[in-house]
Amino acid sequence: MATTDMAGPGFRPAPDRRPFILRNPSVMYFLAALAVFTLGVTLLSEATGVGFLSTSFVKTLGKTLCLCLVAVAMDVVWGYCGILSLGHMAFFGIGGYAIGMWLMYARTEIIVAESLAASVIPPTPDEVRDAIGSQIFGVVGASEFPWVWGFASSLPLQLLMVVAVPGLLALVFGWLAFRTRVAGVYLSILTQAMTLALALYLFQNDSGLRGNNGLSGLQNIPGYGETSQDVISIAFFWASALALALGYVLFAWVVSGKMGSVVRGIRDNEARVRFLGYHVESYKLFIFTLTAVVAGIAGALYYPQAGIINPAELAPIASIYLAVWVAVGGRGRLYGAVIGAAFVSLLSSWFTGGGAPAINLGFYRIQWTDWWLILLGLSFVGVTLFAPKGIGGLFDLIAERRTPDRTGDYGPNDGAWRKEEGREE
Amino acid sequence: MRRILLTIVLAVLCMAGAQRAAAQDFQTLLQDNADEVADPGRSTVGALLETLIASGDPAVSTFLERWQDRQVVRNAEDGLFYYAGRKTGDTVQLLDIETAEPAAEAPAGAVSEIRPNGGVRREIAGALVRFQLSDPNIASRRAALDAIARSPDADQIEPLAASIEGEPDDTIRVRKEQLVAMLTVRFGDDTAERVAAIESLSGSLSLDARATLNQTLTLRAGVAADLPDANIARVLEPGEDLTPDAAYAQLVEADLAPPRISPTAIRDALAANLSGGEVGGVLVERLSDPAARLVAYDSLAARGFVPPRVTEDEVAAALDSHVFYEVYDEPDAAVTTAAQAMLTRIETAVAVNQTIDLSLDALSLASIYFLAAIGLAITFGVMGVINMAHGEFIMMGAYTGYVVQLFIPDYTLSLVVALPLAFAVTFGAGVAMERLVIRWLYHRPLESLLATFGISIALQQLAKNIFGTQARPLTSPGWLDGALVINEVVSIAYIRIAIFVLALVFLGLILLVLNRTRLGLEVRAVTQNAGMAASMGINPDRINMLTFGLGSGIAGIAGVAIGLYAKVTSEMGQDYIVQSFMTVVVGGVGNVWGTLAGAALIGVLQKGIEWMNPSNTLAAQTYMILFIILFIQFRPKGIVALKGRAAEA
Repeated sequence: MATTDMAGPGFRPAPDRRPFILRNPSVMYFLAALAVFTLGVTLLSEATGVGFLSTSFVKTLGKTLCLCLVAVAMDVVWGYCGILSLGHMAFFGIGGYAIGMWLMYARTEIIVAESLAASVIPPTPDEVRDAIGSQIFGVVGASEFPWVWGFASSLPLQLLMVVAVPGLLALVFGWLAFRTRVAGVYLSILTQAMTLALALYLFQNDSGLRGNNGLSGLQNIPGYGETSQDVISIAFFWASALALALGYVLFAWVVSGKMGSVVRGIRDNEARVRFLGYHVESYKLFIFTLTAVVAGIAGALYYPQAGIINPAELAPIASIYLAVWVAVGGRGRLYGAVIGAAFVSLLSSWFTGGGAPAINLGFYRIQWTDWWLILLGLSFVGVTLFAPKGIGGLFDLIAERRTPDRTGDYGPNDGAWRKEEGREE
Repeated sequence: MRRILLTIVLAVLCMAGAQRAAAQDFQTLLQDNADEVADPGRSTVGALLETLIASGDPAVSTFLERWQDRQVVRNAEDGLFYYAGRKTGDTVQLLDIETAEPAAEAPAGAVSEIRPNGGVRREIAGALVRFQLSDPNIASRRAALDAIARSPDADQIEPLAASIEGEPDDTIRVRKEQLVAMLTVRFGDDTAERVAAIESLSGSLSLDARATLNQTLTLRAGVAADLPDANIARVLEPGEDLTPDAAYAQLVEADLAPPRISPTAIRDALAANLSGGEVGGVLVERLSDPAARLVAYDSLAARGFVPPRVTEDEVAAALDSHVFYEVYDEPDAAVTTAAQAMLTRIETAVAVNQTIDLSLDALSLASIYFLAAIGLAITFGVMGVINMAHGEFIMMGAYTGYVVQLFIPDYTLSLVVALPLAFAVTFGAGVAMERLVIRWLYHRPLESLLATFGISIALQQLAKNIFGTQARPLTSPGWLDGALVINEVVSIAYIRIAIFVLALVFLGLILLVLNRTRLGLEVRAVTQNAGMAASMGINPDRINMLTFGLGSGIAGIAGVAIGLYAKVTSEMGQDYIVQSFMTVVVGGVGNVWGTLAGAALIGVLQKGIEWMNPSNTLAAQTYMILFIILFIQFRPKGIVALKGRAAEA
């Protein structure tokens, strides 16, 4: 790509009137790759293809797509807006809880209806509800429905919760934090505290969400009891791929154009953007809330495939891993986040699942289940020190794009890939 | 220790000697009163018991016990008293009255068992208690008091009161007086006496005193048509003091009203009376409607198949026509009033003391947080780098202490070695980390967060691989065991005092280094303005390295301190890291006093919330974090904020 970096005073580029997709070829490439991948998996799956891929592996791939979606959201909030949020996996988990409540309620309702159908006298609605309550909450020694389950019987309302709860939480928290101009490392610590508080709250038995038992049996979709998991897994895989595609396009659109420029400006020098007259807090709040909503949606697609959600999934460590995926994949480019999330999470499950062969050094035998975390930890250090652009940087090599000189003073964050990035790919 | 042993040995020797000397005397004493011993009478045994106890013979206690249990026999052949031993065929083994060891044998016919009657045995029991209460051995006096406290009895008042006079030990005398008061409160006959006893409990914080008062104040719920003439605690109003349902249930239990028919009972009754697809004229399909069920049930009731339902009106009428109350089991109103007033006073005193205890707890927690966070605060202040691996330095310090104990078995010595060694190890690790990683990321604080996090999980897993997943003990020296008990409510473990002292020492040391040394001057200069400091000839690189090492070293010391009272695991750092972050955020960056204030606030807050909701430490942490997020709204830069240009850098 030719660079016409030095624009003189009064220079104004002609407005680009091509369609959004053509202006952003990387979006097109990504969608094409995703389509090919989805088609390939469909043809190789057990339900709709030759059966080369097992159902559990299709589920793993579907979950990975959801993780890619939340990683894209994380990339927008961190890589583009400069907010290192350690709370997006909490929003992800909230989305999972929201959909899990309906799944669990509706499925228990079916089971209870079956068992009560045998009784001589038809049950009253209250009796049905009590029976569902004691089924779901028996494990934490309760049988009453807590108020948070108020909408659990209705799928549309609970779907609304998937976006409303993470969105509202992000809105309130973001408003409180940005209003006082908490930024940088401080903000990261605060988001981490928020995540921890949420996880600890959910760990309690009287939180109304079954404490550390979490919600389980989510892989059984109410109304599709007869359908085999092979079919359900491929349906969720498609849904996840669709969500990733839509999310990717949405974020690519958000971060391009004028809005994207302002957001990147905030990342590079917040004070300067503020002096230019932009209301920095509103931009940050918009990005923070939008990404939280998308994270919630990703979670709502992830947990029915995982089958179980418990408060440990919301622990701060999960959000830190999310940041690591984005860092490994390459910040400030959406496809980087996708690559990072897919690469690290699949590699991680390969290593921890015992897939990697142990290495015998003669005096010591390296078991990867024990050593994987050490390798991962050291690779964060390696990536941040030696490859700040992450795996995505490889694409620059292919495209023969040169790294801008990072020794100059372009702002507080030397690692950001700022000038080049301003032009988009 | 040696002195105590010596004392015990001497005491044992003395006792043995005394016993031998008295052996003959006790049998003689019994022989002097032989008729009375062999056939005690209820009215006359008192004098004998006085004589026996007055002799002060150590064998008296055992004799009284066995006498009471009908184990004392008299051998007609020599006229002496023995304890009955094993019986083989026609001969009975006789045990010496003094040593309880086999002394002789006699034909069964010659041995006559002594059988004191019930009245006599009660007298003996009273004497036995009195005897134990005046036993010269302090341990057996204590044991006797414990026994009385465990199972209080009206009969014990008199002997206990009598034993106060000659009690040499002050603490035991106080205890006896208290016990007498407590027994009087519960079992006394005279109202004035009991009220006086209640007054004498004033100032006592013991659980026993509170239990005594509470036992005096036990309540019974009652219901009647009219308020009975009894010691009424209070009258309950249905709907206000107790729910109408509970009130009605009480009426039902007292057989004053018919029971309500529960929905389950209605369903069962309907199922039992099902015939031809309908019940009471209602089709079965319609019975999923609760109203239809009631209609069906009422029509069954009208035909007399089932008992009629109790209507809401009937319930209301029944509640109206009865009075609900709580009545004291204790009939004497003067006593309950006095007891209630005293209980309130004691509970106020206990609450004050609990507050003091809680403050001490909070102080010790705050000192731990201070130790854990000060290193973080210094490095963050100087370099703007949050070290996510700080918790792992704490863990490293604790494991250093553990390893040192493997080599040095003396706990005191090993602690003396471990503290500086932990500092050295973590100082080295900190410097290495600064040189290898942090210094390349000074201008990328968010990335240093990630890199240090990577180091954190690598170190954690490394510790897991080396030391395993189970907790390792770091044993504190014996002189740190136990607690400083100030009264029955306030106590603090010595180990916590030690940690508090350690925190104070480090506070002083850090203030000294920062304010009185060249290094401190340079550190402060770099904190305020690194660029300006560099142009004044300070080498920021060196300062950064040393500060990072110092902060890490203090984390190591904190690790040893924490390891002494908590278990050492590879994940222990995680438990403190978030609190440490909070401490730094709340306290303000780059200021020792800020960290101190932050630690104090967090410690007090955590203990306070735990106290309000003691069953739920998870909720306590949740609320604390919410509070901190709100706190940041009002003081975004923390309690002690840097002022001027440095704050904006």
